[in-house]
Amino acid sequence: MQMPEPDAGVLARKARIVGRLRAVLPADAVIDAPEELRVYECDALTAYRCPPLAAVLPRTTEEVSAVLRLCWEEGVPVVPRGSGTSLAGGAMPTADSVILGVARMNRVLAADYDNRFVHVEAGRTNLSVTGAVEAEGFFYAPDPSSQLACAIAGNIAMNSGGAHCLKYGVTTNNLLGVRLVTMDGTVVTLGGPWGEPAGLDLLGVVCGSEGQLGVVTEAWLRILPKPEGARPVLVGFDSNEVAGACVSDIIKAGILPVAIEFMDRPCIRATEAFAKAGYPDCEALLIIEVEGSEAEISEQLARIRQIALAHDPVEFREAEDEDQAKRIWLGRKSAFGAMGQINDYMCLDGTIPVSSLPHVLKRIGELSREFGLDVGNVFHAGDGNMHPLILFNANTPGDLEKCEAFGAEILKLCVEVGGCLTGEHGVGIEKRDLMAVQFSAADMEAQMRVKDVFDPKWLLNPAKVFPLGASAGRRAG
Amino acid sequence: MRPVTEAELAEAVAGASGPLLVRGGGTRTLGHAVGEVLETGGLSGVELYEPGALTLVVRAGTPVAEVEAVLAGERQRLAFEVPDLRGLLGREGVSTIGGVVAANASGPRRVQVGAARDACLGARFVDGAGMVVKNGGRVMKNVTGYDLVKLMAGSRGTLGVLTEVSFKVQAIPEAEATLVIEGLGDAAGLAALRAALGSPFDVSGAARHSGRSLVRVEGMAGSVAYRVTQLRARLGGDVTVAEGAESAALWREVRDVVPMRDKPGEIWRIVTLPTAAAEIVAQLEGEALWDWGGGLIWLVLPHGKGADLAAAVAGRGHATLVKGQGGPVFPPEAPEVAALVAGLKAKFDPRGILNRGMMG
Ligand SMILES: Cc1cc2nc3c(=O)[nH]c(=O)nc-3n(C[C@H](O)[C@H](O)[C@H](O)COP(=O)(O)OP(=O)(O)OC[C@H]3O[C@@H](n4cnc5c(N)ncnc54)[C@H](O)[C@@H]3O)c2cc1C
Repeated sequence: MQMPEPDAGVLARKARIVGRLRAVLPADAVIDAPEELRVYECDALTAYRCPPLAAVLPRTTEEVSAVLRLCWEEGVPVVPRGSGTSLAGGAMPTADSVILGVARMNRVLAADYDNRFVHVEAGRTNLSVTGAVEAEGFFYAPDPSSQLACAIAGNIAMNSGGAHCLKYGVTTNNLLGVRLVTMDGTVVTLGGPWGEPAGLDLLGVVCGSEGQLGVVTEAWLRILPKPEGARPVLVGFDSNEVAGACVSDIIKAGILPVAIEFMDRPCIRATEAFAKAGYPDCEALLIIEVEGSEAEISEQLARIRQIALAHDPVEFREAEDEDQAKRIWLGRKSAFGAMGQINDYMCLDGTIPVSSLPHVLKRIGELSREFGLDVGNVFHAGDGNMHPLILFNANTPGDLEKCEAFGAEILKLCVEVGGCLTGEHGVGIEKRDLMAVQFSAADMEAQMRVKDVFDPKWLLNPAKVFPLGASAGRRAG
Repeated sequence: MRPVTEAELAEAVAGASGPLLVRGGGTRTLGHAVGEVLETGGLSGVELYEPGALTLVVRAGTPVAEVEAVLAGERQRLAFEVPDLRGLLGREGVSTIGGVVAANASGPRRVQVGAARDACLGARFVDGAGMVVKNGGRVMKNVTGYDLVKLMAGSRGTLGVLTEVSFKVQAIPEAEATLVIEGLGDAAGLAALRAALGSPFDVSGAARHSGRSLVRVEGMAGSVAYRVTQLRARLGGDVTVAEGAESAALWREVRDVVPMRDKPGEIWRIVTLPTAAAEIVAQLEGEALWDWGGGLIWLVLPHGKGADLAAAVAGRGHATLVKGQGGPVFPPEAPEVAALVAGLKAKFDPRGILNRGMMG
């Protein structure tokens, strides 16, 4: 992975820069010892590492502002960090950068049930936002699988999704406002607990901007009343085409399950061996979850059963109690772990139109044979967000490169059929150089202009999202 | 000017010698922009419709009515309920889908499914220099690059001229019903709306006008009946239930702000916290229609009360003048936000020709 040459001037001024950081932050908030910086050398894309110049862990917006201001004055790049679970290398440092971690800013500032929002500091973990409001019967809907660890800050930066976003939308649809500090230290409030902006929707473009426009320190999030109950069904098919057609029919019928998850045979086999969830050995499997009262759940499941049976499934299994429901989800939830047992894996997340599902799965199978690497597919079928897991061996020389080349082919295929490179993980460094597959020079120019406005010196997370060639002139200036 | 292709439109913008007034149908334009009229109505028609994937790609000048008819053919719809404000604003003309997105115009169902911008999956537009840009796409989940679609939605043509939009659409549910609650004052009637929205019964509309509070549920028939029973038990007041077409008619009235038509005075659109909704109206002594559980207020006020309104709303929302004489239409932004907005306008429309003066 090519990264820009670190700024020699910044490296040479390390002592001075760290000194200035210490002057504006409490002693325990500045880290510059090499052994302590190792924690920050990568995120969940562990194949690429680089220790930063220093890391800071501020506790207030004012401290964040002071740090950014002085880095701006010194010309030091800053890489914002939440919990470091990015799968795209979004939080990976460069040698001349300061990591700005918001993990210590994790308080709940207000929970307002009458107006249905919660106001939190951005370092709070996703799951603990729901944790703060669930006693009152509410929850925060976006639920990335990493929700125990990942921070709201990272969710906002990546516009993260989750298994239940088919019904509830992704982060941007549940975000009401933020406090944001721009690179020169200016604190701005975008949106607010009432949701709709008066003028331009700047919040909308900040969400998903991968830490390149400003550092989010607080957020107002929409909370929803918890449904009365939920229940999954499992449906097995002997072909991917038929499973895809079943998904399409359910959606067309106007039933809105909260989740429709899909697993293919390689993935089913791997998870069975690992988690023993009792899945049928079939070509494709759907897990469909619906919500509501007992009666409402039955009404929806009856309709789903009717649609599914018309497609001649090899199995239709309804959870009859809590335990069975857990078992149905068990395999899906262990899928990543199961694949990880077999080998190292790379997880892609391109999105495709649901109608292209059979074609894309078939093509991935062919590519798998061409590249000689196994791949399992587990994904959010309702919205076409694929998660092909390519297995490789990190210790075999050349395997990572082969795997990346295979991954790039899959992502190109996603774009070719009308989809996109990434549905929820973000571009980061991982897909940076593929952006031109999806966007013209003008399309990227328009996006980079937004960064020009928020961060004219291109100091915030500068080597991400856009191909280095495309951003070169701006980063140099 | 009325280009019929995106390329023609781009040429028209690039070659413009002065300000342009971008117009879909002119049915929901606000503000005081001036310039040569650039109509988008020539860019019309559906590009792609996949009912099984809930996606629709349509050219920006396509009439809303046409979009709705195409969707209705497959028993689908735009989930955010496009308001028709022609009656309210005293306009004629054919509302276009691009205008809806440019105004981020969302109806009562916003409380359940989000705003127009939340249904937009992708867009193509021509910036102020005539450059053609695409952003987003036609798939449900897409975080590739920055989300300029959100930026364009609600920008009222000040950053670019939309030429195509893709939407996530929704199946029309098999049943709907509305609880009509009478006998409550405004404060209690609005509290009932908040209680409904805070319940697990998936309310898709919560509005109040003419002394009645309205709470809507939609879905499968059995589920609708169940939720009506549950809500009725919780909400108090004198409840009657309107079903099917009768319910739909009640919500068209709310969506299009029908009760405020032909009222003398100015009409303001206020976005605020639901808990502040009763107080703001009481303080100003205006006549109101509340939607979004109180989060949206359409308020009729005599001319000259703008400053009082701004004071009443300060710190808990904002107000836009949708009908009235003179005065700023959009509320002023905080200086640090205004600086970012000015920066974006300068980048996307360097000559400052697109809807100049529209958003202040
Ligand atoms: C096992 C596993 C499962 C996952 N499942 C999902 C899933 O289901 N859905 C999904 O969408 N993602 C998933 N992810 C990816 C990841 O968890 C998300 O991208 C998450 O939102 C990252 O949050 P974080 O706090 O760890 O951010 P980090 O990794 O620390 O940072 C992510 C990005 O956010 C920026 N950033 C961080 N903090 C700030 C801030 N304060 N202001 C501005 N920018 C900031 C960073 O610069 C970086 O670009 C998964 C990851 C793992 C490891």
